[in-house]
Amino acid sequence: MVATEVRPTPTRERLLFMYDRMTLIREFEERLKRLVDTGLPIGAAHYYSGEEAVAVGTCAALEPNDWISSTHRGHGHCIAKGVDVRPMMAELYGKVTGTNRGKGGSMHITDISVGMIGVNPILGMGTTHAIGSGLSAKVLKNGRVTASFYGEGASSIGAVHESLNLAAIWKLPIVFVCENNRYAQSTPVEYAIAIENIADRAQGYGMPGVVVDGQDCLAVYEVARVAVQRARRGEGPTLIECKTYRYHGHASSDDPRRYRTAEEEQYYRDRDCIKRFREQVTGRGLLSAAELDQIDARNSALIDEAIKFAEESPLPDLAELTTDVYVPER
Amino acid sequence: MVTTSRELTFTQAILEAIRLEMRRDPTIIMLGEDVAGGAGREKPEPEGWFAARGRGLIAEFGPERIIDCPIAEMGFVGAGVGAAMTGLRPIVDLSFIDLIGVCYDQIINQAAKMHYMMGGKVPMPLVIRTTYGSRPGSTQKHGGGAAAQHSQTIYSVLAHISGLKVVVPTTPYNAKGLMISAIRDDGPVVVLENKFLGLGSRSHVPEEAYTLPIGKAEIVRSGRDVTLCGIGRMTRMCLDAADALAAEGIEAEVVDVLTLAPLDEDTILESVSRTHKLIVVDEDTPTASMARDIAGRVADRGFGDLDAPIKTVTSPEAPVPFAAVLEQIYAPSSATIVAAVHEQRRW
Repeated sequence: MVATEVRPTPTRERLLFMYDRMTLIREFEERLKRLVDTGLPIGAAHYYSGEEAVAVGTCAALEPNDWISSTHRGHGHCIAKGVDVRPMMAELYGKVTGTNRGKGGSMHITDISVGMIGVNPILGMGTTHAIGSGLSAKVLKNGRVTASFYGEGASSIGAVHESLNLAAIWKLPIVFVCENNRYAQSTPVEYAIAIENIADRAQGYGMPGVVVDGQDCLAVYEVARVAVQRARRGEGPTLIECKTYRYHGHASSDDPRRYRTAEEEQYYRDRDCIKRFREQVTGRGLLSAAELDQIDARNSALIDEAIKFAEESPLPDLAELTTDVYVPER
Repeated sequence: MVTTSRELTFTQAILEAIRLEMRRDPTIIMLGEDVAGGAGREKPEPEGWFAARGRGLIAEFGPERIIDCPIAEMGFVGAGVGAAMTGLRPIVDLSFIDLIGVCYDQIINQAAKMHYMMGGKVPMPLVIRTTYGSRPGSTQKHGGGAAAQHSQTIYSVLAHISGLKVVVPTTPYNAKGLMISAIRDDGPVVVLENKFLGLGSRSHVPEEAYTLPIGKAEIVRSGRDVTLCGIGRMTRMCLDAADALAAEGIEAEVVDVLTLAPLDEDTILESVSRTHKLIVVDEDTPTASMARDIAGRVADRGFGDLDAPIKTVTSPEAPVPFAAVLEQIYAPSSATIVAAVHEQRRW
């Protein structure tokens, strides 16, 4: 079933949050891509541009102390959950002021203080860690929900199967969000998966499965809201499949035109989640174009500041090479 | 206050460590297959393989903290990792070390590296408890004859991973102390239980909780002629060999390694500085083994103290066989250790 209807209307505060976070992610990724394309050596980066509605629609349905687990393509999840873009950018620059003191880089950004338990490039593993945070919520009775993002590529790994089954039998407060962006590196979803909708697998685990347009933030929010409420009531997990698209290659070094067409890319860009959101909220008179423009300007300045912060921050002391290998005694 | 003369088996000692710690700290949970005896039953009590390893836990702590898992090692070890990051202190029971193949990523890429990768900002108070080793001379009912996929030692592939602590207790006393230390450690610790020692050895164990330092080897027998460095059950073999050697007038010192990572090089080097000879005894296969790692470290840092080549005594370069006649000659014995001492002295 494809959820398209939007009701009830999210609060003004939440709508502003959605636009703010989607545009902040886009600005972060596009500015970062320009820096990388002109020589900034940050290792592998997997840009989230195009998929913003998935992370933001989901995180808009979460509370600040809820958890998320992520994938290799995690910048968007981090920003949507509230990780500060300054230490995020500093992390990419390998600076000691980074979220991970420069020891993690793009593929390991983590900020437990805002409920972000890890960008994780061993695909599918984030879903198992969500089982752990789900168990924590249950044992500690703190009412926290976990949203666990994974890609359609990772849906083929055993870890995801084990996680969906464990979450279902233990009725854990988890929302699984499958970001189907159509390509695992260059492998198309039609090749890797024999069914049309990955959400159909949910039935096999004994949980609801929902397909939603992943380029429509309001639609993602609505299904996520229902799933989060269900999880918080102790009724167990939900699997949401978001049909979406990444605008750039798999990683910073990848040329996607080698395996997909300009026409296909244009089809998805015409349905861009930020453009659509603007039309939806201004068209219905919920937010004004002027206040959205103000958010654009603020976020552009924030990324300027993040880049400046990253550039000016110190590198790690060389002694950091062997610190924090073991967790120190309390 | 130390209680007198109460004897426990190795397995009972570890179980007591878990029970005492779970009473003290409500954030400790246990995950594993059959740990609650098959959840959902009216009077759950562990059975089968887990009967001795978890007796009484489900009755005392209930299914919310003693969590039966389906066959999903990658999933439930990963759940342990996620739980450890979010406020719990999980003990994951991985019944056999042989099963690390299906959850190795969780151990080597997730649990071991998380704290370092996150710049020291993420705790990982995770214990993985597992068993290793062949059981020569025992019947199939008691764990012998389990062949190549349920009898391995292979702990070197855990010790190799930076960030992971790996302990190999050898007596009920040190098993309890090291298990409590592992549970209280804020980082990931693998506790390895030898199957042969598990049910077969009894010794005095104080009733109260106590810790023993992770990362400390122990000299368990003094001698001036040769250092026998043992790991796990092999420490027992070294002690037996030392008895046999004493009858010939050779005084062997025995070092019980106890922790594979981080390794206590200093205690081993200090012993070698007095005996000038080293034999390392390891139940694992030889290539890239702890035995050769220890030998390499002593050659690196203590070469000047040696007056003969270091010898390593290990299992052969082969998987563990099924047939009892073959399994019985697989792991080192006191006789093969004595033979190595003789060979070294002929140098």
